[in-house]
Amino acid sequence: MKRREFLTVPVKSLGGLLLYTVAGEPIRLAAQENGRVKIPLLYLTEAEARVVQAACARIIPSDESGPGATEANVIVYIDRQLAGPWGRDKYRYTKGPWVESMAEHGYQAKENPQQIYRAGIPELGDDFGSAPPAEQDKRLKAIEKTMFFRLLRTHTIEGMFSDPLHGGNAGLIGWQLIGYPGPLMSYRDEIDKYHGMPFRAKPKSLEMVTGKKVKGLEDDRG
Amino acid sequence: MKRLKPVDVVIAGGGWTGLLLAKEITHRTGLSVVVLERGPARKSSDYATGMDELDYVVRLRMMQNLADETLTHRHNAKASAVPVRQYGSFQPGTGTGGAGEHWGALSFRFPEETFQLGSHIRGKYADKLPPNVQAQDWGLTYDDLEANYYRAEQLMGVGGKAGNLKGAKVPGGNPFEAPRQHEYPLPPHKPTYVTELFRRSCVDMGLHPYPVPTATASQAYKNPDGVQRAGCMYCGYCTRFGCMVGAKAQPTNTLLPLLVNRKKFELRNGCQVRRVLHKDGKAEALSYIDPTGEECEQPAGLVILSSWTLNNTRLLLMSKIGEAYDPATGKGTVGRNLTHQVSANIRVFLDKPLNSFMGSGGLGFCIDDFDADNAFDAKAGLLRGGALRMTSTGEGPLASFGQIPPGEVEAEWGAEWKKSALKWWDKSAAISFEGGHFPYRQNYLDLDPSYTDKFGDPLIRLTLDWTDHERAQTDMAVKHGSEIARAMGGKVGGTRGVGARYSVTYYQSTHIQGGTIVGGSPEASVLNSYGQHWQMPNLFMTGGSTFPQSASGNPTLTIIAMTYRMADAVIDRYMKHQGSLL
Repeated sequence: MKRREFLTVPVKSLGGLLLYTVAGEPIRLAAQENGRVKIPLLYLTEAEARVVQAACARIIPSDESGPGATEANVIVYIDRQLAGPWGRDKYRYTKGPWVESMAEHGYQAKENPQQIYRAGIPELGDDFGSAPPAEQDKRLKAIEKTMFFRLLRTHTIEGMFSDPLHGGNAGLIGWQLIGYPGPLMSYRDEIDKYHGMPFRAKPKSLEMVTGKKVKGLEDDRG
Repeated sequence: MKRLKPVDVVIAGGGWTGLLLAKEITHRTGLSVVVLERGPARKSSDYATGMDELDYVVRLRMMQNLADETLTHRHNAKASAVPVRQYGSFQPGTGTGGAGEHWGALSFRFPEETFQLGSHIRGKYADKLPPNVQAQDWGLTYDDLEANYYRAEQLMGVGGKAGNLKGAKVPGGNPFEAPRQHEYPLPPHKPTYVTELFRRSCVDMGLHPYPVPTATASQAYKNPDGVQRAGCMYCGYCTRFGCMVGAKAQPTNTLLPLLVNRKKFELRNGCQVRRVLHKDGKAEALSYIDPTGEECEQPAGLVILSSWTLNNTRLLLMSKIGEAYDPATGKGTVGRNLTHQVSANIRVFLDKPLNSFMGSGGLGFCIDDFDADNAFDAKAGLLRGGALRMTSTGEGPLASFGQIPPGEVEAEWGAEWKKSALKWWDKSAAISFEGGHFPYRQNYLDLDPSYTDKFGDPLIRLTLDWTDHERAQTDMAVKHGSEIARAMGGKVGGTRGVGARYSVTYYQSTHIQGGTIVGGSPEASVLNSYGQHWQMPNLFMTGGSTFPQSASGNPTLTIIAMTYRMADAVIDRYMKHQGSLL
């Protein structure tokens, strides 16, 4: 069995970080004294996770316009998606014959998202995490047209703005950034009152709204 | 192989039409009905915790799993097809309720001439018809359906505003609609800022906006069957979701409650129908794989195919019922008149926040000023148009983050892009266009020679491409849509029409139609206008596969109206004298 890999990330909240195990059970990792937690990785290696995390931080950087992919724990989201059924192509038609076709037929290659990441990460270089931002941007620019980068960009947005049940959007930081209130049950009283005015209630997650723990598709290990 | 005890009626597919027929038959007769549904069991309460954009909109949790079964596509009969490996220009559902669970609930009646489109366009545009147009008459008229349209509207509690009541024009409704005998059962939804802005701008331009009719109850509603539903909460988790409060009409909240305790009704989930077994021109049974993997045969006196549109055609072809269509000779009927809808999009950027996460699948306004014959433009090669709409369907942050006016920033990631995405978040919406798609001789369905599903059965193959007429439709849509966008005070963002070639890579609508069409004669159709097979009178079919061509309106309401008409014919006439209804 492969050695268990961990990624160490800083957490803001004293309560630590809510994560899900391989079986989909929620666990709370307590912050260590230095305010960091060790996250068990489900698919990526620690070295890979550092590269991906650094790349996501260039796609949605943390800057004066607000927090970015790092604070939202996008890396946790990505690792879980890759480990789950989507990452293993359980929803894609994967029978042959495999042929190349035109753009109108979409992605036709054999490689699943796990394989695309594994092959794509080395393209950024082992030292990507420690490279200066300008150099990181240059390397990302060079792979912009690849499937790996397209996934990385999509996943960064998803990890930033999907419900925290999927591992990203930590502390609802993505929803706070834009002012999305989360899956509220009703806008019946607001829909025709906030015309041309922003409705920006303090965000709530699906678990906060329904009082129930909800499992994402990525926790289906079948 | 397990041969089961015969029943009176067996139905493939537990969506709107399969369950509606089961309800009508078990409530009005003593006949036994078995429905075979390939997907999982579903009930309304499943949706209480389903408000998750990632799993439902991005991963399409309610749709058919393409790993098990997909379709193949090619642009013409000379090319070889490739499988659609991931979604997709349309999104077939699965499970109890089928696509009727995750639909947007838009519930238009078709324009009157849709049902005689073959004669209509040949009479009107004889010398201007594009090559190979195979538009056909349905063998029925709007008047045959009017009362059934109203039954469908009552069943689901459709909200809207009549524009033509018994021939009298009513302000605020659609002046181009066919005459209706009744006002809608419910009033329209409350408008949002952007839909109201669209409506006002259209009025100022002399156009005729009307509320999109929608089967999501605008207030608490009890239908004639006594089924009660709550009013819409505008939560925005609507299209591609099951409704968490049951306001959106879905087979699970509208039909299932009337079926669960019927002694003579049985719904079997996880049962994939693979063949119609038949002998001497008579359907005898449905052959299917049950959830344990066992092959079963369910014999029945009456066999009804109500599976999702492409699967209806596939089942006939795999069962070798009727003659497969051949585009070279024009002979054969199974697979002909494949149509999609002709769609376009015009993104509008505004200077105010829109709260676009609020909404409902059918909340908004529509104009038919450029639909059907209204769009006629000989110079542009345009015979028929389509409808332009502005709806607030509930756009989650994954869809809305990163909508930026073109040219504003160069990069699609990084600090500048993020800043711009934050600035423009929640400040844009789409004017959408859906037009009827002409059937052409060269667009059709058959079985793929190479690719198979998880049981080893051939996938359905679509041979489908756009022509100049569809490009003229969407050019027209982008032109008028952009004018409306500017009248709204907006900046026109990205626009798209159908493009040079049919693409399976982006969503257009789930309204693929044709393949097992109704019509006036067995030479050019598979079914008579009651959905009864011309050569096999104890085989009936429902759904979009039976439509000779598509219209601009979403097909579900017409599908349900046609099913009511079939139910009456089956119960009142066929069961008394088994044989052709004509």
